[in-house]
Amino acid sequence: MIEHRSHVYGVIGEFEKPEQLVHAATKIREAGYRYFEAYSPFPVEGLPEAMGMRRNLVPLITLLGGLAGGLGGFGFQYWAAVIAYPQNIGGRPLNSWPAFIPVTFELTILCASLCAVFGMLALNGLPQPHHPIFNAHRFTHASTDRFFVCIQSRDKKFQLGDTARLLQGLAAHHVSEVHDD
Amino acid sequence: MSAGEPPINSPEITRLTPVLGPGHTYASVTDKISAIVLTRPTSKGWLVGFALCFAIVMMLMVAITYLITKGVGIWGINIPIGWGFAIVNFVWWIGIGHAGTLISAILFLLNQKWRTSINRFAEAMTLFAVMCAGLFPLLHAGRPWYAFWMFPYPSVMSIWPQFRSPLIWDVFAVSTYFTVSLLFWFVGLIPDLATLRDRSTSKVNQIIYGMLAMGWRGSARHWHRYQSAYLLLAGLATPLVLSVHTVVSFDFAIAIVPGWHTTIFPPYFVAGAIYSGFAMVITIAIPLRKAYGLEDFITMRHLENMAKVMLATGLIVAYGYFFEFFMSIYSGNKWDVFLVAQRLHGPYAHYYYALILCNILTPQLLWIQRIRTNVTILFLMSLVINIGMWLERFVIVVISLTRDFVPSAWGRYSATFWDYAVLVGTLGLFVGLLFLFVRVLPAISIAEMRELVAETSEEHK
Repeated sequence: MIEHRSHVYGVIGEFEKPEQLVHAATKIREAGYRYFEAYSPFPVEGLPEAMGMRRNLVPLITLLGGLAGGLGGFGFQYWAAVIAYPQNIGGRPLNSWPAFIPVTFELTILCASLCAVFGMLALNGLPQPHHPIFNAHRFTHASTDRFFVCIQSRDKKFQLGDTARLLQGLAAHHVSEVHDD
Repeated sequence: MSAGEPPINSPEITRLTPVLGPGHTYASVTDKISAIVLTRPTSKGWLVGFALCFAIVMMLMVAITYLITKGVGIWGINIPIGWGFAIVNFVWWIGIGHAGTLISAILFLLNQKWRTSINRFAEAMTLFAVMCAGLFPLLHAGRPWYAFWMFPYPSVMSIWPQFRSPLIWDVFAVSTYFTVSLLFWFVGLIPDLATLRDRSTSKVNQIIYGMLAMGWRGSARHWHRYQSAYLLLAGLATPLVLSVHTVVSFDFAIAIVPGWHTTIFPPYFVAGAIYSGFAMVITIAIPLRKAYGLEDFITMRHLENMAKVMLATGLIVAYGYFFEFFMSIYSGNKWDVFLVAQRLHGPYAHYYYALILCNILTPQLLWIQRIRTNVTILFLMSLVINIGMWLERFVIVVISLTRDFVPSAWGRYSATFWDYAVLVGTLGLFVGLLFLFVRVLPAISIAEMRELVAETSEEHK
């Protein structure tokens, strides 16, 4: 069965308006599909909820990055100024922590931002030079003015005919197969 | 609006002027913005402008080469005036960058729709301004090839940077600022690069934009994480931008030099930075919208709002000047009182008066709406404010250093040809990079403009 389908990545349908996309995503999910993806030229409000997305790890990764940057930054300055290279300047305390705050702050922001961006890219699996969806006819419009839904063949409920009919029933245009290569 | 166009200067209409011209669709904004990069032929004006900037950058290269060969003695700096143009220009350029981050991060968090069409090139402006700024401390160090000593790395000398020094804070603040601004800008560009990849017809463009877009396909799961990363970046960039000029002001405020050692410096530096930054955004926006016919996207409303921000931050700066002046006299500290007298009557008094004229008196015209909506006057005013902010840094750096505690340590400062060559050179670098930017990348965020189309079409339902 798997071998038979391996050359079909999924079935794609095209919509003109973002509301239609949200509606279609809701219906496809209600029909029991789990492996489907929506594509849009800008983030569509309500779409993540309609597709049943819940977990988003980007904020957590950013928080951890910020904590690591802040603690690491302060710890490093403490180590450098107190342990590795202590300088007695007029008998002032070596751990002059207020003077370490600006660098600690900057490193917190720096590490949190790097984690936010690279965490987002890693979770999204980017950079990814090729993806089967790019084989879809008319898919270049997904970055201009059209909205697409693709139901993937790895979904248990996937049946080429039924799935295509479901999309057509949702008023999708240009319903067609997407091939793996 | 069907009964003929009402006059532009009626307050009611300006309030209602949309942030996007009427009748735009997802496709039309995409076409119009991407066409600047993909299909428009390179205009004569662009070529001439870029050639001029290129020539100025070559002059900058000569100036830097000569500087590295001979040392910083070719500049006007001396003892006691060790800082001179290099630091004046550094603070000025860093300040200009601030408006880009303010527009892209703070106005984003405040959900200001009018930021959408100006944030992209304002962020580019930030990056280019920080690049120009970064050159100055590097060159001013005298031996730029040792600049890496400022970074903590395990060296054979087994010493570490002095983390209690504002100059080291500066290194971290400016490099963090540049990195985060670059990330913010690039993240914003990813969907637009995908658009350019999909719309370009030449193989070379497809490959270049395709590689830069990293395989972005606009999937809903990707957008979901993308949006939270963008929001988090905005939240992180907001305190960052306020911290950068604060740290720059510490370079002065931590020192005991009269005129520098004041607690008002951090907030007043930040306000000044935003002030000069918005002036620079206006300086760039007005020719840009004219040259590429973007009046529908960068509307009068944008220009007027920026003029208002300029007026508000200009008033904060004026407040700063006033209290700096007042506290010096009120403190009774004889060095501070003497410094005020030097600003008003000393050898550099004409710089101080020019500064008051440029930064405090001229912007008061912005109270008048007819002036805020007059493109030519606004453009000229933005130039005046940029000059004024440069003068402010000159007054701070030079007057204090020429007249410190002991008359035997007094001095005079005058810039040499090479000082001007580097300053003008960085201006050429800045404008030249902007020329390249508008030619190869979308100067307005296409994805965000589509969102704006979606939002405005919902409102009119």
